Amino acid sequence: MAGDVEIREVAMTLHAQLPALQIVVPFMTAPLIVFFGKRETAWWLAFLSCSVSLVISYLLLMQVIGGGFISYQMGGWAPPLGIEYRIDAANGLILFLISLVATITMPFAYRSIQAEITRSHTLFYACLMLCFTGLMGMVITGDAFNVFVFLEVSSLSTYVLVAMGAERDKRALTAAFDYLILGTIGATFFVIGIGFLYMATGTLNMADLADRIQGQESSRTVRAGFAFIVVGLGLKAAMVPLHLWLPRAYTYAPSAVTVFLAATATKASIYVMLRFMFSVYQPEFVFHTNVLQILFIPLALLAMFGGSFVAVFQTDMKRMLAYSSIGQIGYMLLGIAMLNQSGVSATMVHMFNHGITKAVLFMGVGAFVLRAGSSFYDNIGGLGRKMPVTGAVIVIGGLSLIGIPGTAGFVSKWLLVQAAFENDMWPIALLIVLSSLLAVIYVWRVFEVIYLQAPNEWSEASDPPMTMLVPMIILAVACVYFGIFTDLSLGAAGTAAEALLNGSFGMAEPSLDTSALPLDVPHGAGDAGADATGGDH
Amino acid sequence: MARAMRARMQPGETTDMETFTAIILSMVIPLVAMFASMALPKQDNLRDGITFVCAVATFAVVLVILSNVGGGSTAAVELIEVLPGVSLAFNVEPLGLMFALIASGLWILTHIYGVGYMRGNNEKNHARFFACFSAAISGVMGIAFSANMFTLFLFYEFLTVSTYPLVAHKGTPEAVSGARTYLSILMGTSIALLLTAVIWTYALTGTLDFTKGGIMQGKASGWIVPVLLGLYAFGIGKAALMPFHRWLPAAMVAPTPVSALLHAVAVVKAGVFTMLKVGVYIFGIDFLAETGASEWLMWLAAYSIIAASVVAMCQDNLKKRLAYSTVSQLSYITLGVALATDMGALGGGMHIAMHAMGKITLFMCAGSIYVAYHRTEVSQLSGLGRAMPITFAAFCIGAISIIGLPPMGGSWSKFLLMVGAVDAGQQLMIVVLMASSLLNVAYLMPIVAKGFFMAGDDKVPTGFAEAPLFCWLPPAITAFGCLVLFVFAGEIQTFLAGMVN
Repeated sequence: MAGDVEIREVAMTLHAQLPALQIVVPFMTAPLIVFFGKRETAWWLAFLSCSVSLVISYLLLMQVIGGGFISYQMGGWAPPLGIEYRIDAANGLILFLISLVATITMPFAYRSIQAEITRSHTLFYACLMLCFTGLMGMVITGDAFNVFVFLEVSSLSTYVLVAMGAERDKRALTAAFDYLILGTIGATFFVIGIGFLYMATGTLNMADLADRIQGQESSRTVRAGFAFIVVGLGLKAAMVPLHLWLPRAYTYAPSAVTVFLAATATKASIYVMLRFMFSVYQPEFVFHTNVLQILFIPLALLAMFGGSFVAVFQTDMKRMLAYSSIGQIGYMLLGIAMLNQSGVSATMVHMFNHGITKAVLFMGVGAFVLRAGSSFYDNIGGLGRKMPVTGAVIVIGGLSLIGIPGTAGFVSKWLLVQAAFENDMWPIALLIVLSSLLAVIYVWRVFEVIYLQAPNEWSEASDPPMTMLVPMIILAVACVYFGIFTDLSLGAAGTAAEALLNGSFGMAEPSLDTSALPLDVPHGAGDAGADATGGDH
Repeated sequence: MARAMRARMQPGETTDMETFTAIILSMVIPLVAMFASMALPKQDNLRDGITFVCAVATFAVVLVILSNVGGGSTAAVELIEVLPGVSLAFNVEPLGLMFALIASGLWILTHIYGVGYMRGNNEKNHARFFACFSAAISGVMGIAFSANMFTLFLFYEFLTVSTYPLVAHKGTPEAVSGARTYLSILMGTSIALLLTAVIWTYALTGTLDFTKGGIMQGKASGWIVPVLLGLYAFGIGKAALMPFHRWLPAAMVAPTPVSALLHAVAVVKAGVFTMLKVGVYIFGIDFLAETGASEWLMWLAAYSIIAASVVAMCQDNLKKRLAYSTVSQLSYITLGVALATDMGALGGGMHIAMHAMGKITLFMCAGSIYVAYHRTEVSQLSGLGRAMPITFAAFCIGAISIIGLPPMGGSWSKFLLMVGAVDAGQQLMIVVLMASSLLNVAYLMPIVAKGFFMAGDDKVPTGFAEAPLFCWLPPAITAFGCLVLFVFAGEIQTFLAGMVN
């Protein structure tokens, strides 16, 4: 009996520490990888730590999916003095997305990296873990300055990761350099914005900031801070016209890096932007400053049409997908600009759905690069027939990118159009569907290339090894699964949107005390649905 | 799944377990055929045998539904709630059941014909061909049993995607560009217009369920109604309403069994079926009549009927001529909706069956001629009737049905449409329908006449030299079917009546 009690206590403590472990586990893995210095060990450590993160993020998401939040005090220092980690449905979903993609990318990366990089594999995995930590940290933290720190952690490691593509193509170096310059400018803008906020309020904790900004909305300092923060994060999120770093970085980075970054990096920035707009500043503030009408809607439309239009004319599949990402980010921004439940849900759920969709497509490209040595349309012609599984996976991903019903992409598109109709903005609804016609064109171009062109005579390409195939298949199934069973994705997104639009993020909020939680939170994936329907929409 | 599954009971409507299982099976069995085809690329006989069994089984399952439900309708069974208030749901109602019966019944014949055609013609990639074919049938069953517009849209797009490889099947530059036209029009219209219309409907009414009498009453008014109807009418590209009809002739690059089943029955009928569903169960016939929102559509349909017939007259390629004839005939059904009378809708519904039987006969005959003599142009058909009497007789019967003369099925649906036009007070539409019949005579009968009465060139044998058995038997059966439908038209009308009153 005594033993039972003891175990229960350990479990309880561990359970309460989940928010910290979410960051500490991957963060400590990075030096550990360097310490051991062996390729195999490095991979195993990275994979293990990603898997642990995935489990943790799932547990956290399940606690907050119905509403409420978890507040965790780093080192026991109470906020606003200490650093607070604060998890609600909004960042719970993004944490889950990032760790899911990271975990699935790891097995894929193993062979892909072997083929594309000859040296420094351990350092590669260490960087990847740091990047992962940075992204997770940006999302989980409730402290404005801490966001900046993690933003830099992820950015710096991303520059290195992109530059590692130089072995295959020297242009990776200039791409990384461009990204370094622009990323640094973005981060600087962000930190200046935080500085203004600190000047006006004397605090860095987001919840505390939210409380203290009240009544200061007309202060020029607070407004300038908002402008700097939006621009800084806009740059990191590749919001048109601040997107210039993205196509080259995605094109020349090693395939596995592109998979990971495309699915997660911009999403983390968009999440932070959402958090600042709706939780730190309030929806009313955003509404009164007209930033959505003047800035977001036109820029989002520009991204949707511009990004997709440029994607149509690409001759390199990887680059095409990169431009498509810019267009898709436009959808996410448009959802924010709708400023209603459906719109913000659309943004949240599109981050998730687009994340898995782009991951599967970039994995497909990675498989082509492995077998054909490049991702140019000229080189991958007819490969869909030689690599049937890869081809099928790309078809599913492509359909999801277009937003064909039955795939994940459709769910987000539906919500977005619905949001436009709810606001009586039917011209915008029309523009959304029209821009997705461009997606039909660029996706179908790929289908024609990989299926209808004659394969090279000498090509003996075949499907990539299992370690790459299985992750691709899992994600392709996920693309369909989340297009039909939307309890998890839409449930979390709905709750998140509700909370974000309420704007209530103050210190006075009753928090969901982690230690008081019952231990028998449903853990099995099969139970997800039962709890996920909580959002009352 | 049982947790998420719940039936929404309406007074007097239930869905028993057997019917529900049958609905699901009607979609799953074709998928089984698809996977079997993919798994057996080399064993031709086994593969085609399995597909045949699956086709018969699908038809049997639909018959089970028929015997359980009859002319009534059942409650919607919701499988999964995909979006708030929008679920994947199925039910049985007369129009959908009739569509399912036609598609699954004709699948059996087309499959036999397809095997004969693909082998007789030495086409490549049989496995892929039959796999996609079966997938398309699965999509058609989904469309037929959809209980709401969302489910229908899902299967509508699935049908587009699964038929694309069939159109591109030959892989020649011609086929690729035809397939591109096919896809860009069908997917373009459905994404840009139909999806907008569906979401708009949802935003207006808060539901997408097919409901007797429509869901728009009191929810939409003024300019929104005709605009929304326009989004639907053009968005349903599969209905081939002008000016979005070009995909249909473009799709004629596909092997003939595809043209026969998919582009005379399944795909195009999925389009006009959707149009009917939207008219009857989303807008509601009475609502359309009250608001007069569909009057413009009536004129456009009339134009489409005449214009496509005229274009058909100018086509020398036999399949293209039949394709334009299909464009014209599909607009009959759109016209039936646009008349906004019960008789019009009934006539439109019945025309789905009549035209399917007639047009599949014509297409299969065209394919037989191609298999036997590799002739594709109308001008090359002289004298062939004497060598292929069964094929040409079947063609003649099919043509008479399309023209709408007794004793063939086509005469009844045309008659009902005319009654509908009178009910709506649009006597001019009777003139349009009559003119169309005359045009039909002008472009279909010369083919028969050429075959039987004109002297052939030296390559045409003088004796009896038919296409292979598998190629001439199915059209002979469907030609007989046209005759049978004439006799049983009354039953079909009673059966369909459940959808309007």
